[in-house]
Amino acid sequence: MKPVDFELHRPATTAEAVALLAEHAPEAKVLAGGQSLLPLLNFRLARPEHLVDLGRIAALAELRRTRDELVVGAMVRQARAERSPAVAADAPLLAAAFPNIAHPPIRNRGTVGGSLAHADPAAELPAVARALDAVLVAAGPAGRREIAARDFFQANLMTVLEADELLVEIRFPRAAPGTGASFQEVGRRSGDFALVGVAAQVTVRDGVVEEARVCVTGVAPTPHRAAEAEEPLTGRPLTEARLAAAADALRAAIDPSGDLHAPGEYRRDVAGTLAVRAVAQAHRRATEHAAAAA
Amino acid sequence: MGSRHEIEIVVNGEPRRCGTAARTSLADLLRDTLGLTGTHLGCEHGVCGACTVLLDGEPVRSCIVLAVQADGHAVTTIEGAGGPDGGLSPVQEAFCDAHASQCGYCTSGMVLATQALLEERPRPTRAEIDEALGGNICRCTGYVQIREAVERAAEGSGAR
Repeated sequence: MKPVDFELHRPATTAEAVALLAEHAPEAKVLAGGQSLLPLLNFRLARPEHLVDLGRIAALAELRRTRDELVVGAMVRQARAERSPAVAADAPLLAAAFPNIAHPPIRNRGTVGGSLAHADPAAELPAVARALDAVLVAAGPAGRREIAARDFFQANLMTVLEADELLVEIRFPRAAPGTGASFQEVGRRSGDFALVGVAAQVTVRDGVVEEARVCVTGVAPTPHRAAEAEEPLTGRPLTEARLAAAADALRAAIDPSGDLHAPGEYRRDVAGTLAVRAVAQAHRRATEHAAAAA
Repeated sequence: MGSRHEIEIVVNGEPRRCGTAARTSLADLLRDTLGLTGTHLGCEHGVCGACTVLLDGEPVRSCIVLAVQADGHAVTTIEGAGGPDGGLSPVQEAFCDAHASQCGYCTSGMVLATQALLEERPRPTRAEIDEALGGNICRCTGYVQIREAVERAAEGSGAR
């Protein structure tokens, strides 16, 4: 249970990190918080010759707001973002997701960018990024590029990031007044990876659901953005019948595979149930938020 | 060949300077290089919580933190949990009083996770205790006495 020998690089700037990746790709891996990578190294499932540690790059650990966006540096630790009032106010869905990620000691080290770049099909943050239409900013030898969350995730543990590219920040649109969110997850034990998880964010105006965003993790190789569930909820008041219709539409749209933890049929059914709970809770919070703002 | 690094860490209040291979975990540095064998290794892939230490006061799993990642930071191990005279900390006393330790393998991680919890929340709810210790696995005592120990330690800290 020890990693193979590797050369560790500790750049002080993003430019240095990109240069190191360009020099050593594809034998180099990026080390962010290490909470997924180090277990892989310990098992020797990954045997990179070079690791580029981002821990010294202060610019990657910035958390800031612009007029329209909450900008989270790739190296912002999950525990820090979880406690951030700015995250709670501007990206309530992101805030709601964190308690579902593993256990507190993992979130003390794990980073927002690391989870997104790792792209585990049962992880929470990819579903949040996809639900909120976040923009992921990558730095490479040719400069920076912005990638829409819908284009970022390609397959199980695969993203569009090139071997010499680095995820540097994630831009989340700031939530409108009257917005509430919820993240509902079922796992075998608290802290385990999700069998299924549902991210929902709802914006309410004058009693009508102005916008509903629903994304499901654990049912496909990449997060499933549930447009089929959002559509029957949008532009009208929320009712139990509409919630049920959304859940049915979601169940019909997915085809999760089974494994030794749960059959696909179970995941399909639970996804609908969790969607009902998540949307209902997000709607309650949105209504409270709208009332508090009025 | 892997790289080697000179690192400086403050371990239990004492500044230490040591050389380490890049691949060495913080747990192995503590145990093998510094001789602090109170940090126990269970699963070595970040699941069991036995190797929990405090990094700048926050609980982390030292088997999935590289020693080099602790460079410039402060680490508290179970050897640093008690008083300088070797006396037990209030949390350790509470673990003894509640019979919350049996084989002892998970105990150092449990005690340090509890210490960090009580620093942040001196009077935690049961749900907060379960959340804080949920990632620490115990295979013999069971969790009832461990939870009771945390509650006793919290009561003790309130009385002081």
